[in-house]
Amino acid sequence: MRVVIAEDAVLLREGLVSLLERFGHTVVASVGDASALVEAVTEHRPDVVVTDVRMPPGFADEGLRAALELRGKDPGLAVLVLSQYVEQTYAAELLDSGAGEGGGAGVGYLLKDRIGDVREFVDALDRVAAGGTVVDPEVVRQLLKRRRDPLQRLTPREQEVLALIAEGRSNASVARELFVTEAAVAKHIAGIFTKLDLPPAADNHRRVLAVLAYLRG
Amino acid sequence: MLTRTALEALVQRPLPFLRSAWPWRCLVYLLASAVPGLVVVAAGMGALQVGLAVDAVPLGVVAAIGVLVLAAPLAGRFERGRLRLVDAVPLPDMSDRRRREAVLTVVTVFGLWWIDLVMVGVTVGGPVLLMLSPVVQPESAGGLVWVAVGAGVSLVPVAAYTVTAWAGARGVMVRAMLAPPELNEVLRSRARLVDAFEAERRRIERDLHDGAQQRLVALSMTLGLARLDLADDDPVGRLVERAHGEAKQALAELRELIRGVHPQVLTDRGLGAAVRDLAGRSPVPVGVEIDLGEEFAGGSGGTEGSSGWGPRSPVEGGAERLRGHDSGRSRVRLPAPVENTAYYVITEALANTAKHAQATAATVTARMDRDALVVEVRDDGCGGADPGGGTGLTGLADRVAVVGGRLSLSSPVGGPTLLRVEIPCAW
Repeated sequence: MRVVIAEDAVLLREGLVSLLERFGHTVVASVGDASALVEAVTEHRPDVVVTDVRMPPGFADEGLRAALELRGKDPGLAVLVLSQYVEQTYAAELLDSGAGEGGGAGVGYLLKDRIGDVREFVDALDRVAAGGTVVDPEVVRQLLKRRRDPLQRLTPREQEVLALIAEGRSNASVARELFVTEAAVAKHIAGIFTKLDLPPAADNHRRVLAVLAYLRG
Repeated sequence: MLTRTALEALVQRPLPFLRSAWPWRCLVYLLASAVPGLVVVAAGMGALQVGLAVDAVPLGVVAAIGVLVLAAPLAGRFERGRLRLVDAVPLPDMSDRRRREAVLTVVTVFGLWWIDLVMVGVTVGGPVLLMLSPVVQPESAGGLVWVAVGAGVSLVPVAAYTVTAWAGARGVMVRAMLAPPELNEVLRSRARLVDAFEAERRRIERDLHDGAQQRLVALSMTLGLARLDLADDDPVGRLVERAHGEAKQALAELRELIRGVHPQVLTDRGLGAAVRDLAGRSPVPVGVEIDLGEEFAGGSGGTEGSSGWGPRSPVEGGAERLRGHDSGRSRVRLPAPVENTAYYVITEALANTAKHAQATAATVTARMDRDALVVEVRDDGCGGADPGGGTGLTGLADRVAVVGGRLSLSSPVGGPTLLRVEIPCAW
């Protein structure tokens, strides 16, 4: 898998490069700011982009904006955005960019802390590269505390299932996690779609919409 | 609270007020207008006399004006002196004192003195006359006289209130003429101080983010990698795992600390986004409705999204957000001091709700009312929030006052609680 990394802290950038290479991925470029990221992606056309939200020159949300811009130009580009802290707004903007045209390519939003759980982090990156959606469990946890929205109509079990879908899990993986059959998972998911009033469409698209419904609150 | 002005005295409970010295002080304050009154009348008569004597009325008028101009500093000192009767707050010494005293003299000469005397004549003279009925009208029928006396007595408290009200209002006017209502320079310097604090917080946040946080992430990653190479039953492996757990814990704590210092999303995405994220973290479920209109967007931007579900469909919300991307930072943004203050107020209010209100739900609304941002935080909790009880609410009011805003609170025991803040946006 060919990866472009954008991260302004040198220590972390080098760490990410060696981490990904250790798991057999090729880092075709590692850059330290948003405009270099756009150039590198245009030049190398990687399978997946890993970028920090906050980068020079403004140290605001340049990385996220660059990722959105890149996806605007090429909806097929998979992007994993790393953030120092959870902002639902950022997560929702990012997922919105993948919600059109039948799901588009993979997209992920994770806390930087998750890099420490090396194996899970690389798994998440693989899922994003494969077109999946990965949302940090922390975002999900905060959203579940919401009130006055259709999410409240979900049963606790359905909420658990939705939380796992948001992390980009497949039905089989959700079934394993909750110790239930895949058929049961499918039933819960159908329940979620109904309760969130999601129109019939390609299943993957509806999964993304369910997660989005979740994020919008 | 210590009563400092006649107007403050007016809102005391009736009996303590009537027993206090305030009505008498106010009466003396108003009666003192007889002094400028006499001077004016004397000057007028003199002018007339002189004018008639030398057969040149304009000359007399000029002479009268000359007398008044000479009297202006005296009049100023006189007004300052008697103002202390109704307003114990010291007057600052202004650099343009002479001009201010001249204005006050003109107003006193042409208006205030006779208004004062008419007020006293009507409100005090009336009841006094009624009470003196047996003396002034000894020939009227007995019963009627005593009714008049009774009416006079019952009008005394009314007179006390009326006299105090006018004296208090007059005191406010005189103070406004002698010194500006609030020391704007002080307000501005307080605002600058708050700005400086805000900038400092942003710097600390950035330093922590660029330094400690990145290092901790790198450390956590290194430990994670080391763990991969060690077998599960290896004692070193267990130690590394523990270190890894501690590093992650430290990261989580640091993250919360940094967010408390300054929320990055407020700077990046404005009040709406920051409040929605704040609401997401609150232990009490919080509904957010933020509609800042387009006044500050230069015509681009849209309505800030709402987190209430209701009729707003997810697709519609998506369109809004996408438009948000395109127009970048031109979405509705308020001036930074307004945003910071509003965010601070909402943070504190929600923290109070979570801590004290035992509420099951809270709502935050923000909207523009002409040129002011109006923020309301309500909850369905037990109420009874008391500004005198802790420093929290007073601190909030202080913070709001720095940007020229206003805070009001309604929190009856038993709830619900409504906190309302208005902040002017014309900066």
